Amino acid sequence: MTIQRRTVLKGMAAAGASLGVSAKIASPALAQGAPFKIGLMTVKTGPLAQGGIQMEQGLLTFLKEKNNTLGGRKVELVVADTGGNPAGAKTKAQELVERDKVNVILGPLAAFELLAITDYILQTKTPLIAVAAAEDVTQRKANPYIIRPTTTSAQCCHVMADYALKELKLKRAATISEDFAFGHEQMAGFQRVFEEGGGKVVKKLWPPLVTPDYTPFIAQIGNVDMVFSGFAGSNPVKFMRAYADLGLAAKTPLMGGWTFMDDALLKSLGDEALGVLSGSSYSSAFESESNKRLVAAMAKDYNSLPGGYASGMYIGGMCVESALAIAGDKSTDGTAFAEALHKIKLEESPRGAFTIDARGNAVGAVFVRKCEKKNGQLVNTVVKTYPNVSQFWTYPEDEFLKNPVYSRDYPPAKNLEN
Amino acid sequence: MTRSLSTLVASAVALLLLATLPLWLGNTYYINVASQILYWAVFALGLNVLVGWAGLTSLGHAALFAVSGYTAAILVTAGHSHLVGAVAAIAMTVATAAVFAVLALRATGIGFLMITLALGQILWGIAYRWASLTNGDNGINFKTRPQPFGLDLTSAPAFYYLALLVFLAAVASMLVFVRSPLGAALRGTRDQPRRMTALGYNVWLIRFLAFLLSGFWTAVAGLLFLYYNQFISPQIAALQTSAEALLMVISGGTATILGPIAGAAIVVIMKNVVSAYVERWNMVLGIIFVLIISFMPEGLVPGVRRLIGVAWRGMRPAKAVITVRGEASS
Repeated sequence: MTIQRRTVLKGMAAAGASLGVSAKIASPALAQGAPFKIGLMTVKTGPLAQGGIQMEQGLLTFLKEKNNTLGGRKVELVVADTGGNPAGAKTKAQELVERDKVNVILGPLAAFELLAITDYILQTKTPLIAVAAAEDVTQRKANPYIIRPTTTSAQCCHVMADYALKELKLKRAATISEDFAFGHEQMAGFQRVFEEGGGKVVKKLWPPLVTPDYTPFIAQIGNVDMVFSGFAGSNPVKFMRAYADLGLAAKTPLMGGWTFMDDALLKSLGDEALGVLSGSSYSSAFESESNKRLVAAMAKDYNSLPGGYASGMYIGGMCVESALAIAGDKSTDGTAFAEALHKIKLEESPRGAFTIDARGNAVGAVFVRKCEKKNGQLVNTVVKTYPNVSQFWTYPEDEFLKNPVYSRDYPPAKNLEN
Repeated sequence: MTRSLSTLVASAVALLLLATLPLWLGNTYYINVASQILYWAVFALGLNVLVGWAGLTSLGHAALFAVSGYTAAILVTAGHSHLVGAVAAIAMTVATAAVFAVLALRATGIGFLMITLALGQILWGIAYRWASLTNGDNGINFKTRPQPFGLDLTSAPAFYYLALLVFLAAVASMLVFVRSPLGAALRGTRDQPRRMTALGYNVWLIRFLAFLLSGFWTAVAGLLFLYYNQFISPQIAALQTSAEALLMVISGGTATILGPIAGAAIVVIMKNVVSAYVERWNMVLGIIFVLIISFMPEGLVPGVRRLIGVAWRGMRPAKAVITVRGEASS
């Protein structure tokens, strides 16, 4: 049982006068020279814990590399476990803001957690660097205090649809993903680009989040050129195994979004994963200086390969550093720091160069990766890089935003066959 | 006489502490935790009407909790006033509870548990799937807390006092209910349903009314949950919420008034405060439940009362014996 590093509450006895949320801004703890406090909202218990632990490891790796000092300023990390549910996320956000008085929040992991706290973030003017992919957080409900240096749900799926059409000349696809918002948004993004480019999505399958055996779903796939999948967590491992066991891996190419083939999953996979294509804003094989440092440190300290969650938080740390340099003395002012976060422009990061668009989402490279075996180990080799991919793909922003948010029913699937 | 006096003093002290809590607790965060304990306690008290006094264990109450929150969230987001939202939420939940009751009261024991579980899962499925109404997995953001009589509930202490008032009303209603003929009849249906029928009581109707009362306080707690979190999504309707509420009632002590309150406090404090210090807080919570079940199978509050009683008699053995004999001979 580990006791987490925590600051002792200084103002606990300070009574009624300092009540209310506004106390955060007036707090003496934020005076010059005090450490800059980062709150990490992650999930360390329950089914989402695997990604959540990677988030913590990624951020710890970054802070260790920087010796807990960013831009000449000491930083202090407070870690909170939300338990992976919206009400827990809200309480933990309150804990970080009201009790620990953090200057910026990194996380949370799941889309529904982020959606549960966006209004609170706005009210308390707390800058937040998100990893959760919920589209609308940087689209129709964009929040000036939130940036997302990773991707939206569909950002990589647009790319994969384009790749399938233009590079592989595939025309008929089936999609399969968990029946929740992240899955719906990914599949919708794929379907839109794929069908507008002349392809047809003829089957959309939605297994529940917890499915012990995917065989009955795979049996329904039928006659298609490819299967596109958006599974997350440990589901891809189960799915790929069943897919290979049924003999489809050799016949019908399998593709997916970033969680489907996250680098952190590679050690749990075997030959069934060979040849699987995935779209991600990160690849552990990407040759940049910071990525080499991240991969080496994660291997040494945690004996694991960083995936999207670990790199996302490492990059989140870089965003904090960059925004500290931009905002300078005003960094402890939530609004000024949030504005600085929107201005950052990283030339070098584990995902390469990227910028933040006006609605807070990253514009950067998306890699198409193919799973291969090198020296007896699985790797996601980059086969094509799409530079400067925006969350709106090639669509004009205002036109994109006029449509409803991607969902199970939008865009409508017109080419379904039985 | 002395017993009722000491109860009176204890109640007065507890009330005073609760009323002044935002002053001595200081930090906003802890006031918010206190507010959470209060609305979960209201939920647990509502569930306890069934679990404790009616002897009917429900695993579908999270759905009722969510019906209330969703009704208010949908109506207010559609432009109706908070008052309309709140009244409709309670009416809708009580109506849903009535439907639940009609279906579930065909059975008792495990049968009742399974029917309520199934009904709860159906409503969870609706919240999850009927995306055009509930916004599915993404949930509904509830922009502002209500402003009853122009009072702003945005700040933590203001919300705490609202939750406290509701909580005290819930406790008062439970006190009245337990002492009422209906409460006595309900306990009768729990212990001796056939004898109650023979005595001319309508056992089904008594249980039905108890279900409605339980549904009412669950609805009120659901509203407070919505106002507090300003967000609702299908997770809250899931089985885990029902199970958690049931744990609060059982660990605190069924068929008591303090029990569900103590249970709510334990669970909320474990989830929110202890989890900040101990990574494996789930395990700690589990150990606490195991200890409670092992040493105080009747629940924390009756268990502590029993242990204090044992200790008290242990300290004054002679006198206790004499009193008992004296009473017996008179």
